[in-house]
Amino acid sequence: MSKKSYRQAINEALAQEMRRDPTVIVMGEDNSGGMGAPGEDDAWGGVLGVTKGLMPEFGRERVLDTPITESAFIGAAAGAAATGLRPVAELMFVDFMGVCFDQIYNQAGKFRYMFGGNAVTPLVIRTMYGAGFRAASQHSQCLYPIFTHVPGLKVVIPSSPYEAKGLMIQSIRDDDPVIFFEHKVMYDDEEEVPDEPYTIPFGEANLTREGGDVTVVAIGRMVGFANQVADQLDKDGIGCTVIDPRTTSPLDTDSILESVEETGRLVVVDEASPRCNMATDISALVSQEAFGALKAPIRMVTPPHTPVPFAPELEDLYIPGPDKIEAAVREVVGYGA
Amino acid sequence: MTVDLHAITMPKWGLAMDEGMVVDWHVEEGARLGIGDEVVDIETTKITNALESPAGGILCRRLVAKGETVPVGALLGVIAAGAAEAAEIAAGTAEIDAFIARFEAAFAVAAAEAATETASAPEIVEAAGWRLNYQRAGGNAGESAGSSTTAPIVLVHGFGGDLNTWLFNQPDLAETHAVYALDLPGHGRSGKDVGAGDLAALSGALGAFLDALGIGRAHLVGHSLGGAVALELALGRPEAVASLTLIASAGLGPEINGAYIDGFIAAGRRKEMKAVLQMLFADPQAVGRDMVEEVLRYKRLDGVEAALRGIAGAVFPGGRQGTVLAERLSELAQPVQVIRGREDRILPPAQTEGLPANVAVTMIENAGHMPQMEAAAEVNRLIRKIAG
Repeated sequence: MSKKSYRQAINEALAQEMRRDPTVIVMGEDNSGGMGAPGEDDAWGGVLGVTKGLMPEFGRERVLDTPITESAFIGAAAGAAATGLRPVAELMFVDFMGVCFDQIYNQAGKFRYMFGGNAVTPLVIRTMYGAGFRAASQHSQCLYPIFTHVPGLKVVIPSSPYEAKGLMIQSIRDDDPVIFFEHKVMYDDEEEVPDEPYTIPFGEANLTREGGDVTVVAIGRMVGFANQVADQLDKDGIGCTVIDPRTTSPLDTDSILESVEETGRLVVVDEASPRCNMATDISALVSQEAFGALKAPIRMVTPPHTPVPFAPELEDLYIPGPDKIEAAVREVVGYGA
Repeated sequence: MTVDLHAITMPKWGLAMDEGMVVDWHVEEGARLGIGDEVVDIETTKITNALESPAGGILCRRLVAKGETVPVGALLGVIAAGAAEAAEIAAGTAEIDAFIARFEAAFAVAAAEAATETASAPEIVEAAGWRLNYQRAGGNAGESAGSSTTAPIVLVHGFGGDLNTWLFNQPDLAETHAVYALDLPGHGRSGKDVGAGDLAALSGALGAFLDALGIGRAHLVGHSLGGAVALELALGRPEAVASLTLIASAGLGPEINGAYIDGFIAAGRRKEMKAVLQMLFADPQAVGRDMVEEVLRYKRLDGVEAALRGIAGAVFPGGRQGTVLAERLSELAQPVQVIRGREDRILPPAQTEGLPANVAVTMIENAGHMPQMEAAAEVNRLIRKIAG
């Protein structure tokens, strides 16, 4: 056990699974880097260094640098998965899904169904998401709601280094296509992470705080913000249960509904654009299944419906940060009072 | 008049605890307390437990209100030892105020120092092919175990547990003894290979642990499965065991709650795990979110499920205890005691009936399968009594 960053946790998960299972391969743009340039092997490890160190240990046969053609290499990964390998392909920024989405939603996501259960597709697509990196609107979106929408895909959004390692190993061992979302501003976050391999099951939410007044469901990076707010409000006598769903598909609806039955109040925090996102999805779930328990209207804390701004001041305003979460929690607690 | 004042402070239950909340006081100001009387309920994110009085006397101040959270080591209350009359307390008001002021000043300094200190970290030892994680506390940190004049205390946890089982015991016992708590094979941070997984294998690992650390003779304290492991070692290597304390111990009768063992192995979700862990305690409310999460984190490690199944299959085949050593207790020449909770739902308390005459039995009311947590002060006193 030692402190590891979110980046190290994912790297360790990849390395341990590659040691355990020779069918696990890694591929993507500059996943090692320096191809064709002597002395520059393992120059990159992906654009933010997550796969660095894998090529020297596992070789170019298992760590593939690909051309900048997402439609080709995501498709190749899907095919490799259907024919016996366990590829982990890196779609650098999820914003680039547009060029390869057919391979994901209409091919990989449907193989099991279209082939009558005779094919499995143990494919992992790692991808970076999220605002706050000063990378402008074409490199800052969340987009996980789009993947959550597609039957046949599993969608994983780890909220911390511990979560990232266990969920990555589970993703690699899973027999269905998994889209694994890494928030680019969290790569240097650190916490205690076991050295041994371990798995965190899909569809099992984590309760990161427990309190009796409000249920706060938060996704990915928002979980840390929600925890901060819960700790702060605890001092003022407001108890928050913070739920990290871990996976949006499958979604642990039971944990959310059970908590709302107890607290009677729901705040959903989602960094994705506000229309048809996880906040609207979870709000609809609770409205339909736990309406009788609600003591206040549901509040959704999301960005505005705009592209992510490039101006740093505007980008900071765009992100649904702790202040906005705290205001929403206070509003539902004070409702009708 | 001079009153002898004692501080009641926020305890540190385990490495991870840095603050605790006062759930409720059991006694009013002015109440008379004996050593070990329950004074106040403390809640951490891991467990809720009663804090027992460190001294006999009159509780003259309660300084932290119900619902307040304070750091470890903070002053919760003041006891005037031996004060006969409330009048004497009243006369000593200025002294008590001065005591509190001195404590608060010293606490601020200590807190600043503690921030730069690191707690003694667990270590790994390779012992006869076993990879064992352990934590040492107390004794002279510089001396090796073998050169110590008094035998150290070695704490052995139960099935599915780890060295954190002893979070209320190891720090307290370490004030007078060198105390080692280890993770058995397949548990905690130890290697997940359990060999045959039976008592012979596990007691072999315990013996190898003692040898590797140069502990020639130890006061063994075993909980549940760890009790049977310690007893097996005492029977096989009596010279290595100075005394034996068996807490809610396996190996003393054939019955065991098979639903607990099966449930512990099978539970993968938070709710299931919590329900299983609640079977351990007389008061199910004792199980906090962090305890459930710690157990789940352990169970998620590769190899753990196989290790637990291996041990359960070898030691508890078919939902019964495969090895009953109760009658062999009479072979032991060293002091032996058995501690049980009356509300134990894992191993029937009736297994303490009819034990050989050389065994001292203590039955603790209102405790379940975890008396070392549920009645920590009393268990610590009993261990210290037998360990000298």
